[in-house]
Amino acid sequence: MSSNGAAARSGASPARTRSRVRGRLAAPVATRANALHPGAWWLWALGLGTAASRTTNPLLLGLLVAVAGYVVAARRTDAPWARSYGAFIKLGLLVLAIRLVFAVVLGSPIPGSTVLFRLPEVPLPDWAQGIRLGGKVTAEGLLFALYDGLKLATLLICIGAANALANPARLLKSLPGALYEAGVAVVVAMTFAPQFLVDLQRLRRARRLRGRPDKGIRGLAQVGLPVLEGALERSVALAAAMDARGYGRSADVPAPVRRLTAVCTLGGLAGVCAGTYGLLAAQGAGFGLPVLLGGLALALVGLWLGGKRSLRTRYRPDRWDLRAWLVSASGVAVAALMIAAASADPAALHPGVVPPTAPELPLWPAASVLIGLLPAFVAPAPPRASAPAPAEARATGPVQGPRRKEAS
Amino acid sequence: MIRFEDVSVTYDGAASPTIGGVDLTVPEGELVLLVGPSGVGKSTLLGTVSGLVPHFTGGTLRGRVTVAGRDTRTHKPRELADVVGTVGQDPLSHFVTDTVEDELAYGMESLGIAPDVMRRRVEETLDLLGLAELRDRPIATLSGGQQQRVAIGSVLTPHPKVLVLDEPTSALDPAAAEEVLAVLQRLVHDLGTTVLMAEHRLERVVQYADQVVLLPGSGEAPVVGTPAEIMAVSPVFPPVVGLGRLTGWSPLPLTVRDARRRAASLRERLAGVTPPSPGGVTPPMSGGVRPPLPGGVTPPSADGVTPPLPGGVTRRAAGTELSTGTELSTGGGELSVGGGSFEGARPPGGRGLSRLLGRAKPAPTPPTDSTPASHPTAKAASLAVHRGRIEALRRVDLTVSPGETIALMGRNGAGKSTLLSAFVGLLQPSSGSVQVAGAVPHRTAPRDLIRRVGLVPQEPRDLLYADTVSGECTAADADAGAAAGTCRALVEELLPGIQDDTHPRDLSEGQRLALALAVVLTARPPLLLLDEPTRGLDYAAKARLVTVLRGLAADGHAIVLATHDVELAAELAHRVVILAEGEVVADGPTEEVVVSSPAFAPQVGKILAPLPWLTVGQVRTALRELGEIG
Repeated sequence: MSSNGAAARSGASPARTRSRVRGRLAAPVATRANALHPGAWWLWALGLGTAASRTTNPLLLGLLVAVAGYVVAARRTDAPWARSYGAFIKLGLLVLAIRLVFAVVLGSPIPGSTVLFRLPEVPLPDWAQGIRLGGKVTAEGLLFALYDGLKLATLLICIGAANALANPARLLKSLPGALYEAGVAVVVAMTFAPQFLVDLQRLRRARRLRGRPDKGIRGLAQVGLPVLEGALERSVALAAAMDARGYGRSADVPAPVRRLTAVCTLGGLAGVCAGTYGLLAAQGAGFGLPVLLGGLALALVGLWLGGKRSLRTRYRPDRWDLRAWLVSASGVAVAALMIAAASADPAALHPGVVPPTAPELPLWPAASVLIGLLPAFVAPAPPRASAPAPAEARATGPVQGPRRKEAS
Repeated sequence: MIRFEDVSVTYDGAASPTIGGVDLTVPEGELVLLVGPSGVGKSTLLGTVSGLVPHFTGGTLRGRVTVAGRDTRTHKPRELADVVGTVGQDPLSHFVTDTVEDELAYGMESLGIAPDVMRRRVEETLDLLGLAELRDRPIATLSGGQQQRVAIGSVLTPHPKVLVLDEPTSALDPAAAEEVLAVLQRLVHDLGTTVLMAEHRLERVVQYADQVVLLPGSGEAPVVGTPAEIMAVSPVFPPVVGLGRLTGWSPLPLTVRDARRRAASLRERLAGVTPPSPGGVTPPMSGGVRPPLPGGVTPPSADGVTPPLPGGVTRRAAGTELSTGTELSTGGGELSVGGGSFEGARPPGGRGLSRLLGRAKPAPTPPTDSTPASHPTAKAASLAVHRGRIEALRRVDLTVSPGETIALMGRNGAGKSTLLSAFVGLLQPSSGSVQVAGAVPHRTAPRDLIRRVGLVPQEPRDLLYADTVSGECTAADADAGAAAGTCRALVEELLPGIQDDTHPRDLSEGQRLALALAVVLTARPPLLLLDEPTRGLDYAAKARLVTVLRGLAADGHAIVLATHDVELAAELAHRVVILAEGEVVADGPTEEVVVSSPAFAPQVGKILAPLPWLTVGQVRTALRELGEIG
């Protein structure tokens, strides 16, 4: 346990000292001091996503979705970004539906003999050879599309989980100093988007006050200009405020260092490109990896040197503590075990489509997916009025309770 | 701390300098107030201190401004960030991050202050400004006063020597403004921060100032002096100063407390006089108003002719049919006098009659039982409105009669704007009913609705789409189905001498408000709603607005204004309705509701309490009647 986490816990609740052993094991209530590093959430989610990309077994994919969903349910806060999870689930379902519709309308390359029904086929001219519209729809083709769509949907849901659990603004704060300004631009854009919508609504309402219909495309078009004007004015005001608050102050960096920065960054990027090409192209496999790694190292040195120009310090950065290690490791473990399983027993992870067979749940891969549940127990729990663990709620009640009540 | 050496600023394309001949010094640890009518360059002068003028805005700066020894010509705003903290008019456009704690740290991060120092200063600032409870809150969910305090805190954490504030309280309700001013006071007294601030609402700030800088006109050299000196000559002044000037008090009182001490004799002289209606014109009729509070506002009778009676103060706004007639009311056995026939703000009955009648006074609203209620212009009955999961309004009953002016007051977020929105059908009631001129607003087509009710929103610019004044007027005539030229005639009346081809954006706040008002009035709605009309208006623009609105009320328009401006409410409103947490907590004639409230009483009300006098205008008229002033 890092000193940071321990300090926060002892500070947060003296009652905890009574049950020290239990307190050491149970997840603390999330505060700013012990907040899990957003990078850890992303690593965990990407691990699950990688695992999803290695299998088409619907049972395993369902298990992955369930694991991600459980962790989100257990650990997300009521912050605005946390509400995006539902949207990602809908997006996943939409992708699945589109995949199925395409398989029905455009047919499928999977050879199948079980014809479910036939759509009237549209005759296409010669130049559209290879494309089919309508025609027979086979069970095999549909099943393949279903598995494939499910895989994509699971990937999306894993990304959605990361989005819901990690504060995007804090993730951007963890960027290296040289990329800081790009991060600010993104944060500002994120706070402007809702404001933009509010403006749009306000001006559409104002149209009603002028006695014009406030619905329809024309109404939207007419308020477009004033809304943009308002957004522009606000950006200018924000730019002035940021300037007056010291944004863009830079340290004096000697010219050689600046030149070295440029060389490192450009050289590094070139190395990354060449290395990637080597890895992908058939004949360059030998030099690909070393060039890629060398390029990456050079680029990192460039970023580090570039960071020297910025005077900025970080206020309460998120620390990578033991819990972050555990969360990210659980994601990496799921991915690694799934990759290992895929090479050991590919048949179990890819149930047969031609002929269709009932998918079976392979025991070991399923068990390894369950490792992904670890964050639901080790990550700091968001404070909640109806906390699942009553002892926890009571211990922190006097500190957290009133504050949250007033906050809401 | 700040030195201006013969500074003038000319913006690109402007014929004459916006500010000129500024030559003054702001000593360390003083609170200096910048006053002057709209458009004289107050914001420009503030901008020169932070370096935003001319580095950010463009234009030419002549002369030299030095802040803590740094010349703003050679230092960009970001290089002054550690000595000058600037908060602009709109705190929302000031925020870079999304939570309170990050926002407080942002400036220090930019300056590269060590993490442990940052942590300590954030904690100190949270306590200093009373923000500790809010540290994790998203900024967007805070109230206006809280946001303003966060904005001040965010520039305070780098420990600047100078704080520059542009209208820090004009958007706030009276209580939130007190909050912010208390913080500023503390900074000046405890930390020795130099504060330079511009503010229109002088009644809120002038007593805190060590020095006042008056900008008399655009490009004219400023006048500097102590608050009392400047207030004696300033074209803009708060009501307390107005009263002091009227009665010739010297030195001029700046606070209610000073004025109260000197006002003993004035109170005595006025005790027997009936204040004229604060609205100036009494509404011709009214109905559905709650009966006046018993006894609460009865001025003690100085001459002892009429003993105070426990019964309700009976008042009779009486239309012309009652004119000067007196009548014996049944309830309290008390004489009352009709005021309907008196023009302007003349006290009814004149000196002799009021003396004779003691406490008799006309009131804008008659008792509910004696006058047959006319058909109300608008009526909300046990209205409830939900916004998301928040109950913005609960069981609100409000009846608006023709010719009546109602001020809606209450904290930010108390439901004032929601109530106005419900009256124009922008929000659908979740229970209860709203009726405006016989129609249900949210079920009426916009084209039809604008002939029944008009709303001037908080930001009048929202109503203006065209790029010239004449274009706007043509569109308004078409929208309202009015004869061509109707709107232009109204503009000419409200805003004489405005050019046809002026872009609405180039108008001042007050002019834009007048244009939006003209656009709304083109459809001749019997009910006129205004949301925060005096935000950003100087006293002159406010006085013009008061005249216009009084005229409209006299024509029979019912007016409802949501406002934080207690002085405006005192000048204009016949009735004040106070909302809190979506409920009506007080509803009654202005002088009753307002005099007894510490937050909503106007300055004159506080000075002359318990007498129900609200405005300098009333007192002037009365003194003239008494023959004490010319």
